[in-house]
Amino acid sequence: MKFRIVLVMSGVLLMTGALLMLGQQPTGVDIPGVIKEGEKPVIAVPDFRGAGDAQKAMDQFNKTLWSELEGSGALKMAPKTLYPLAIPQQPSDFRPPTVTTPVTRGAQPQVIKNGPWLTDWSGPPVNANDLAIGYTVAQDGRLVLYGYLYNLSQSTVASAQLINKTYFGSLDNAGATLVARQFAADILQQFGAKSLLGSKIFFVSDRSGVKTLPNGSKFPMKEIWSMDYDGSNQKQLTFYKTTTTEPAVSPDGKLLAFVTYPQSTRNGVEVDGQPQIMMHSVETGRRLTFSNFVSSVVETPEFTPDGKRLLFSTTVDKDPQVCISDINGGNFQRISRIRAIEVSPKVNPRTGSEVLFISGRSGHQQLWRMNIDGSDPEMLTTGEGDVANPSWRPDGQFVAFAWTRGYEPGNFNIFIMDMGKRVPIQLTHGMGRNENPSWAPDGIHLVFSSKQGRSTQLFTMLADGTHVQQLTNAGNNLEPVWAKGN
Amino acid sequence: MRIDQKTVRVAAMGALLLAAAACSKKAPIAPVLPPSAAASNAPPPSPPPPAKGVVPRIDVFMANPSSIQPGESSTLSWSVANATDITIDQNVGTVAANGTRDVFPNTTTTFTLAARGPGGMANRSVTIAVTSPPPPPPSAPKGPSVSGAEILSREAQDVYFDYDKSDIREDARQALTKDADLLRRIFATDPTFSVVIEGHCDERGSAEYNLGLGDRRASSAKDFLVQLGLPTDRIRTISYGKERPVCTDANEGCYQRNRRAHLAPAQ
Repeated sequence: MKFRIVLVMSGVLLMTGALLMLGQQPTGVDIPGVIKEGEKPVIAVPDFRGAGDAQKAMDQFNKTLWSELEGSGALKMAPKTLYPLAIPQQPSDFRPPTVTTPVTRGAQPQVIKNGPWLTDWSGPPVNANDLAIGYTVAQDGRLVLYGYLYNLSQSTVASAQLINKTYFGSLDNAGATLVARQFAADILQQFGAKSLLGSKIFFVSDRSGVKTLPNGSKFPMKEIWSMDYDGSNQKQLTFYKTTTTEPAVSPDGKLLAFVTYPQSTRNGVEVDGQPQIMMHSVETGRRLTFSNFVSSVVETPEFTPDGKRLLFSTTVDKDPQVCISDINGGNFQRISRIRAIEVSPKVNPRTGSEVLFISGRSGHQQLWRMNIDGSDPEMLTTGEGDVANPSWRPDGQFVAFAWTRGYEPGNFNIFIMDMGKRVPIQLTHGMGRNENPSWAPDGIHLVFSSKQGRSTQLFTMLADGTHVQQLTNAGNNLEPVWAKGN
Repeated sequence: MRIDQKTVRVAAMGALLLAAAACSKKAPIAPVLPPSAAASNAPPPSPPPPAKGVVPRIDVFMANPSSIQPGESSTLSWSVANATDITIDQNVGTVAANGTRDVFPNTTTTFTLAARGPGGMANRSVTIAVTSPPPPPPSAPKGPSVSGAEILSREAQDVYFDYDKSDIREDARQALTKDADLLRRIFATDPTFSVVIEGHCDERGSAEYNLGLGDRRASSAKDFLVQLGLPTDRIRTISYGKERPVCTDANEGCYQRNRRAHLAPAQ
């Protein structure tokens, strides 16, 4: 008993790991890193209150904290309806119960409640493993959060306390969101879950409007946008007023590569150049030098894990082929040499030496791998349907992609595959056209686009296909890339 | 061996018998036929002699098309019964009971068919409307290249492709042959003119793949034009993949309209 307590005290991380390895495996998709519902620690998170002016932002705070913890996929949220009426807000609110010595021999000792206590939350009906409490105050025009986390298996408040920390934000909803996310990140760290705090999703949106050409035809302009991982702070990054697509972000988050139709003016009319790669600084939004290989199409840019080179697809001898250059376009080299359309090269982020790409060399577009020098090409999918949009999980163990297998041409679904086992696992099942999966830095979330009806929007989900959440709704949004924060 | 020879002989006899049977069928034994049947057998068929006292009947007298532009033709067709003398005015003249004739009126003209027979006469008229061509485009404000652009936008035919293919189909061959004639005319009148061939795809493939496929389609169309003798340096290509669809419905009709190479002035 004592040993077990020591073990638990030594780190919840260890316990979660043990659960993962030894716990029962419920039915469903088994993805390393994705904790199954029955194996998740249960956390109780009562609504926090604010003193005075701080109360105004507490709806936003409570909503954010809850969705951050629930959306992490690492915790199970104990339902609020089961919580006791007396909710502690700080350590001093806890009152250990008094246990009386029995008067008669053999009688049970009597427990007298003196106020809120840990067992209110660990026992039925809440049955939580952990409890997050706290409160906010307005202090010097700032929002101050006092946040606490308790491990409910402990017998004293002092030994149960895992977090006791103060957070500062602006006295408004933005400040409430910030402190809620920071507190959530600290809680998640206790459970070994990686926080997505600071990570960004870059994507393509057509919401900036429609362009009318001199001949009267119209098309929706596409530009590159970015947003926080939860859909907040959506921001337009490019203003080319044409079709700008296929964003890629350097591993350090500083460079943004994408494809656009360079505009020039001839006889007073704007003319599209052939689609080419552009390089921008994320921070300043300025265009940097990138010399494209002279070709009718240069597309699908992707940075190497060291951030020093760029892979892309370029039409050489009439066929788009996998090529590589420095990030300014210098030292151009062709990698694949075959009569087929080959696009979307993606380098293994762990090894830097293996490339996934989409090739039609066997007929339909399929997922292939090769070494970065072009050697040992190997088809990873079965040859059925069309495959598109490969994305590596940051650890290089899994890959996500879009595939039409089992459906009509064009009806893509999201699949993932263990690169060791090579068995594809289908995560979406025909609800709309699902494409462009991109792994989150935590390795357990995916962002993807889904076209349902006429509208294409971005969604996140856990890598076992659960917890689907919509991030966008303005215009059409597609081709998301989930990048680490910098 | 002997069996084989026997089989061969039997087969040969069978063939002879068959030939004999065929010959006997063709033997010129004229069957006795009733006169009417004999008449109907006699080629070519001619109209039955008009019965006395029956008024001529004009079953059909029409022009197709009924509306043309100057220089174009329309086909008159007719079918008349019970007439001995059939004429069409406007210099067409005497005609047979059934027939067709191409006519080339320069202005709207009414053709009248008159049929006379022992029982009297009958008339029917048909009018071919000749519409004047659309007025010539207003004189180009920016020199000849604009008019070349206008001609191209008005007359160039789109080139269509099969799903996931960039091969030139038979209908695409015809469209490109006409486009080649058109481009030759425009290139001859405007030495600065150049054309851009846009390659487009339907929405089913991925955006990245379609950029490659549209590129292949644009270059196959260009290659075909160059084979027909057009100058390669005056033809540019650009792939729009599935980014600039002409329609957005999810059905084969719309997919086909989007799987195209389109010729546009390169400005």
